[in-house]
Amino acid sequence: MEATGAEIVVRCLAEEGVEFVFGYPGGAVLNIYDEIFKQNKFKHVLVRHEQAAVHAADAYARSTGRVGVALVTSGPGVTNAVTGIATAYMDSIPIVVVTGQVPTPAIGLDAFQEVDTVGITRPCVKHNFLVKDVKDLAVTMKKAFIIAATGRPGPVVVDVPKDVTAHTTEFEYPATVEIRSYNPVAKGHSGQLKRAVQMLLEAERPMIYAGGGVVLGNASEQLVELTRLLGFPITNTLMGLGGYPATDRQNLGMLGMHGTYEANMAMQHCDVLLAVGARFDDRVIGNPAHFAREQRRIIHIDIDPSSISKRVKVDVPIVGDVQSVLTEMLTLLKLAKEKPDAAALNTWWTQIELWRSKNCLNYNRNSPIIKPQYVVEKLWEVTKGDAFITSDVGQHQMWAAQYYKFDKPRRWINSGGLGTMGVGLPYAMGVQLAHPHAQVACITGESSIQMCIQELSTCKQYRIPVKIVTLNNRYMGMVRQWQEFFYGSRYAESYMESLPDFVKLAEAYGHVGMRIDKPEDVEAALKEAFSPALKERLVFMDFQTDQTENVFPMVEGGKGLSEMILAEEL
Amino acid sequence: MRHIISLLMENEAGALSRVAGLFSARGYNIESLTVAPTEDATLSRMTIVTVGSEDVIEQITKQLNKLVDVIKVMDLTEGRHIERELMLVKVKAVGLGRDEMKRTADIFRGRIIDVTDATYTIELTGTGSKLDAFLEAIDPAFIIETVRTGASGIGRGERSLKV
Repeated sequence: MEATGAEIVVRCLAEEGVEFVFGYPGGAVLNIYDEIFKQNKFKHVLVRHEQAAVHAADAYARSTGRVGVALVTSGPGVTNAVTGIATAYMDSIPIVVVTGQVPTPAIGLDAFQEVDTVGITRPCVKHNFLVKDVKDLAVTMKKAFIIAATGRPGPVVVDVPKDVTAHTTEFEYPATVEIRSYNPVAKGHSGQLKRAVQMLLEAERPMIYAGGGVVLGNASEQLVELTRLLGFPITNTLMGLGGYPATDRQNLGMLGMHGTYEANMAMQHCDVLLAVGARFDDRVIGNPAHFAREQRRIIHIDIDPSSISKRVKVDVPIVGDVQSVLTEMLTLLKLAKEKPDAAALNTWWTQIELWRSKNCLNYNRNSPIIKPQYVVEKLWEVTKGDAFITSDVGQHQMWAAQYYKFDKPRRWINSGGLGTMGVGLPYAMGVQLAHPHAQVACITGESSIQMCIQELSTCKQYRIPVKIVTLNNRYMGMVRQWQEFFYGSRYAESYMESLPDFVKLAEAYGHVGMRIDKPEDVEAALKEAFSPALKERLVFMDFQTDQTENVFPMVEGGKGLSEMILAEEL
Repeated sequence: MRHIISLLMENEAGALSRVAGLFSARGYNIESLTVAPTEDATLSRMTIVTVGSEDVIEQITKQLNKLVDVIKVMDLTEGRHIERELMLVKVKAVGLGRDEMKRTADIFRGRIIDVTDATYTIELTGTGSKLDAFLEAIDPAFIIETVRTGASGIGRGERSLKV
């Protein structure tokens, strides 16, 4: 059957089973919007800024594991979307972004709302396409979904000129497409797997370090089984939180710049390290030279060969899908005659418990001023640890990661790689739409929230009842913390002056606003926000928190992982 | 170390920019880069000459392999290979120097492919270092213009880069 390019785009999305398209119309995509108007297969969510469309699609993908979709117009639509695309790219999130483009004859002539979309997005996408012929459109859409979702996932941009959306061709959506240049590895090398298992069984001071790959690769179940079978300590990266239950004793908490004392010490002093879907990021292992000072053997499982031996040399690289590799590893371990060295492990755990007894996340619970950590702890209690938590970027993000104990994967939604302020609210929108009956909270700061505050309007339109937990310290807290530590307390431009009255602002958008000034009111406010009475409402909670609170432990940039500054030392 | 990396990729618009962009974004060196379609018009073959430590070269090949349009990557310098580059040099050829220039070109097995009463244009092929040696052998004052293609390379014997 003949179809126009615009119909093809819409029908491809429907064929892919897309539930939501987050977008914003404009000249170059009007044909597509006209087809969206005529269909009822998926719901279009009109955001207030294209950046939020991509963030919402990204959060939909993070929380469901399915491909998120955004649709924006040419020119400024694309440039606004770039922050969202780069955010998804840095965290390997599968999204497809359809962008309008000026008509093909106008490309290159500096037409109205023209940008070189393929050029601008190239460094921050897994792949991108410019579709110049309507005959290629359906196949390209199929390729986009395949590339986004398989291998190491990532964003794919499909740029569609306006004339292509008007041209017609025979439409048939291919069930699959062969891409000869694209064959991601799935299964791990069996020889390497055997070596790895042997190494794990020989370990005296083992450590498991699990990253976002476990969450993206749906390998949480296998990771839990493996870790329990071995009895090894485990740490999660910021992106890996929830990949292994935080409330489990074997979990030492998050590692890295703001990781726990026990996790960082165990990481530094282990003799065999099993890295699973993690990439030895600079915020995770600190100074690589310092990290390399201690002798240890490293096994590294990752779907992306370029992540292996990029910053840290590894001994046993295993390229493959994390779930498949862990499953094979479990089989080998169960068959093995040897068992982990119980006596050595016991000594190792004694050492770890000693580190853990430092209680590095302790803070003043009797403060007359609201401590931000306290708000997060209470949020965890009130939501029974079962909420989806999105965050923005800064101190509140670290407190959320440290004090909200994630027991399930895909519950912690944050911008780990790019560190994009402003993601929190659009992330919460994407998550809540994907999980309409779930509790969704956005932990944010008064600075981050203002970067995409316009989305309160989107939340009003679609009745998205997220709960916004603003830890308002009137500072860009993380900037302030660095200025205090490294710039002689010269707080250059980090004080947030002229803040709006957030209660009134929330009300102006038709939501519920609350301002909480005292520690004794924190729990009641959270309970009210999550009460059945406000179940259908967006609640904006403005917690007035301690301005001087800092995030601890902290590993300064360039320092070694075990050279932490602890709260008690100050 | 200097490495010659050969790759096959989809002959599509923007393919070159993906490779060039990767090198600039990640701060890798490009000494030269040549690209042209192969006997199969859907494929382009690219030869990149780069310099870097073993770790960097390993990352370069991995990152190139990761590009969706790239089909195969081979580090030619890992095995026996042949390297060739083409250079065209326009030189002053007057008076006594005219004969001398011809002789030097002959020694390097260069061919004079364009002649005026005051200039020669010499075509030379060889490895990069041979071309460098030719330029060093003639008086720089005689050089009017040079153009070089950058290296192309191919594996020796059975070693080949094919889809």
